[in-house]
Amino acid sequence: MGKGVAITGMGIVSAIGNNVDENYQSLIAGKKGISRISKIDTIHKGDIMVGEIATTNQEFISQMGLSPENNYSRTALLGAVAAKQAVNSAGITDITKYKTGLISATSVGGMDMTEKYYYEYPTNTAVQKYIDGHHAGDSTQKIAEQLGILKGVVTTISTACSSAANAIMFGARLIKSGQLDRVVVGGADCLSMFTINGFKTLMILSDTYNTPFDEHRKGLNLGEAAAYLVLESDAVVKAENKPVLAYVKGYGNANDAFHQTASSENGDGATLAMEKALEVAGLEPKDIDYINAHGTATGNNDLSEGRAIIRVFGDAVPEFSSTKAYTGHTLAAAGAIEAVYSILALQHNTIFPNLNFKMPMEAFDIRPEVSLKSKELHTVMSNSFGFGGNCSTVIFSKEA
Amino acid sequence: MKNVYINSVGSISAQKTYDNNEFLSEVVSYQEQILPVVDPNYKDYIPPAAARRMAKGIKMGVVASKIALQDAGLEEVDAIITGTGMGCLRDSEKFLSAILDNKEQYLTPTSFIQSTHNTVGGQIALELQCKGYNFTYVHSSVSFESAMMDAKLQLELDEAKNILIGGVDEIGEYTAGLHKIIGHIKPEAEDVLQVLQSKTKGAIYGEGANFFVLSNERNENSYGKIKSVSIFNTLSKSELNNEAEAFLSANGVSAEDIDVVVLGNNGDVEFDGYYETLANGLFQNTPQVCYKHLCGEFNTASSFGFWVTAKMLKNQALPEVLRFNDFPVKEIKQVLLYNQYRGENHSFTLVEQC
Repeated sequence: MGKGVAITGMGIVSAIGNNVDENYQSLIAGKKGISRISKIDTIHKGDIMVGEIATTNQEFISQMGLSPENNYSRTALLGAVAAKQAVNSAGITDITKYKTGLISATSVGGMDMTEKYYYEYPTNTAVQKYIDGHHAGDSTQKIAEQLGILKGVVTTISTACSSAANAIMFGARLIKSGQLDRVVVGGADCLSMFTINGFKTLMILSDTYNTPFDEHRKGLNLGEAAAYLVLESDAVVKAENKPVLAYVKGYGNANDAFHQTASSENGDGATLAMEKALEVAGLEPKDIDYINAHGTATGNNDLSEGRAIIRVFGDAVPEFSSTKAYTGHTLAAAGAIEAVYSILALQHNTIFPNLNFKMPMEAFDIRPEVSLKSKELHTVMSNSFGFGGNCSTVIFSKEA
Repeated sequence: MKNVYINSVGSISAQKTYDNNEFLSEVVSYQEQILPVVDPNYKDYIPPAAARRMAKGIKMGVVASKIALQDAGLEEVDAIITGTGMGCLRDSEKFLSAILDNKEQYLTPTSFIQSTHNTVGGQIALELQCKGYNFTYVHSSVSFESAMMDAKLQLELDEAKNILIGGVDEIGEYTAGLHKIIGHIKPEAEDVLQVLQSKTKGAIYGEGANFFVLSNERNENSYGKIKSVSIFNTLSKSELNNEAEAFLSANGVSAEDIDVVVLGNNGDVEFDGYYETLANGLFQNTPQVCYKHLCGEFNTASSFGFWVTAKMLKNQALPEVLRFNDFPVKEIKQVLLYNQYRGENHSFTLVEQC
C-alpha cells in the first residue's frame, strides 16, 4: 500500500510569476500578486482586488505563435503555457513515445470570451469563432493539441475549487492502474466578469488583501492561474533515468453533502478527504510535515477547514499555511498551483508563510505559520474544497 | 480484478424512458430542431417546492438518479460520478444576461450557484446524503465515458462496491440559438425519425439524463457487464477501423463476435462519415443500431446509447426503431458502442451479456 506516483515535471503561471522559478522567488520574498483589476471591464474595479497575471492575451498569442484566427480563451492560453513548461521540465522531447494522457481542470472555460461577445455573436461573424470555445473541454483539447497528445485519454474535470486536485488524483490512479504510462495533470482558470460577479453576489469577496485564518478575515480575492504536473510510471522513470521531483503519495475525495455552496461547520467532507488521503498514502497524521491549506479567507471555509484539521490531527497539528494571500483563489486551478508550491516546499525544505495574518481565530487555538520557515520536509498535505460539497486532499512526498 | 456490472438504469429523454418496465414500446416523433424531454412526474421523486427551485438539469439528474437507485434496490451508493458537457446551461445564461443587462447590478446568487458544472453531482449527493467520492467530468462528447472509466477503475480495484454514474445536459435557449448560427444545429426543423438520412449539415439537439448504478457484484437485476471503455481526443477516419479492431482484440474479441454495434450517427452530413467508415468497414456484416434520432444530440447523448445497450442486453430485444440495417439478430451477447462529436472526442465501449 501507499506507493507514490512519480512527478517528473511541473509548470505554472500565476499572479506571482510566469514560471516555477518566478513563483518560488515570490514565495520566499513574501511578494503578493494581489492588485486592483486592470484587465476586466467591471464596475467592481474599485471595490475588490484580484490576483491577475500581467501578461496579456496578445503577448501569450505571439509567444505561442498562434495564428490571428485562433479562438483561444484566456483559460486555454494560460493552460497551454503552463502545460508546455511542465512537459519541458520533465525533459520530454517525444510525447508520443509513451501512452500519454491529459487530465485538465477548469471552472470558467471560455467564459471570458463568451461574456465579451455574448450579444454581439448573432451579428458579428468575426467573433463567432469563440462560440465553440465556450465549453469546458475546449481549453483541454487545445492544450492537448499544443502538447502533441494525439489519440490519448484527454478529459476535463470541473468540481469547482477542488477541480485540479481531482485531476491530479485521477491522473495518479490512471498511472497506478497501468492505464497510462504518463499523464499531464492540472488546471487553468482565467478571471472573468462572470465569476467576479458570482462571488460578489455570494458576498465572500474581500475589498482588500485576503487574510487566511485571521479572525477578521473579510473574504477571498479571486485569481487567475494555470499549473500542470507530469506524472510518470515507474517503468518510464526507470527507462528514461528520470529525476523525480516528488511523488503523489496519497489522495482522498469526499462530499460534504451539507449545502450547495457552504461547508459544514465541522468540516465533515474535509475530514473525510484528509483521512482517506492518509489511508491511501499509508501514513499517520503524525507523518505529515506541513499542510498547504485551502484557506480561502472566507469566514466559512477557514472555520470549517480549521476544525477539520483539528479533527484529523488532534493536538499535534503540523505547520500549516494558505498561499492564497499570494495568488488569490484561482478556483479550478488552485489545487494544481498549490501542488507546485507543495513540491517546491519539499524541494527546498521550506514552509511558505501565510501572509496578512494578524489576529488568531477565536474558534480554535491553531494558527498558521506566518514567516518563511526552514524545516526538513518529507510529506506535504494539500487541501482543496469547493462548491457542491467537493472536498479533496492530495499528499505529496519526497520519497516514493 | 473485479468485473463491473450495470445493475440499474434511470433515463429521462425525448422518449418515454423513465418507466423501466418499458423499452421504447411507444416512440414519440418530432418535427423540431431541438427536442424536449418527456418529463416524468418529478413530484413523485422530489417535493414540489424543491422541484420548482431546481434547474432542469438538476431536476432531470436527481430524478434519473433516484430511478436508477430504485431499480438497483439501493438506498445509497459509495460514489457519484457525473458527466455533463455544459452543466446547468440555463442558469449560466440567466446569470450572464443579468450581468450584461443590468450592468453588473441587482444580481442574486441562485443562478450563479446553479451554473457551476458540478451542481448536479453536488445536488445528487445532497439528496442521497452521499459523502463519498464525487467527481464531475465536463469534456464534450466523452464526459459520460470519462465518468464510466473512473467508476470502472474503482470497482475493478474494489475501492467501491456501487457507484452511481450518469450523463446529463440541458438545452439553453440562447446558446442553442448561437449553435444554429454556426451551423451545429440544423438550419430547419426536420422529421427526427428520418434525420439519420438527412443530407444537411448540423444535428437536431436534445437534452436528457441517463444514470446507472455500476457495481462489482452481479445480481439478478444486472443488465450487463462493462468489459472496456476507451476515449481518444483525436482519431482520423483512416485510423478508425484499425483502432476499433485493436480495441476489440485487446479485449479478446473480434468484429465477428460483436452481435450489435451501437453508433452515434446524428444525421450531420459533415461528420456521420466517421460512423459510415465503421458501418461500411469492420462492421459491414454486423447488425447496426442508432439512437440519436430518438434523443437528439447533446454532449452526453451517448449515455442514452448506453441505456439502449443495457436494455437490449437485459431484455434480449431490439426495437425496430433502433435498427440501422436489417441483418438478423439472434442472441445479443456482445455490444460495441462508438461515439464522437464533430470529429473529436471519440469513444469505444464494449458491453457484454452477464
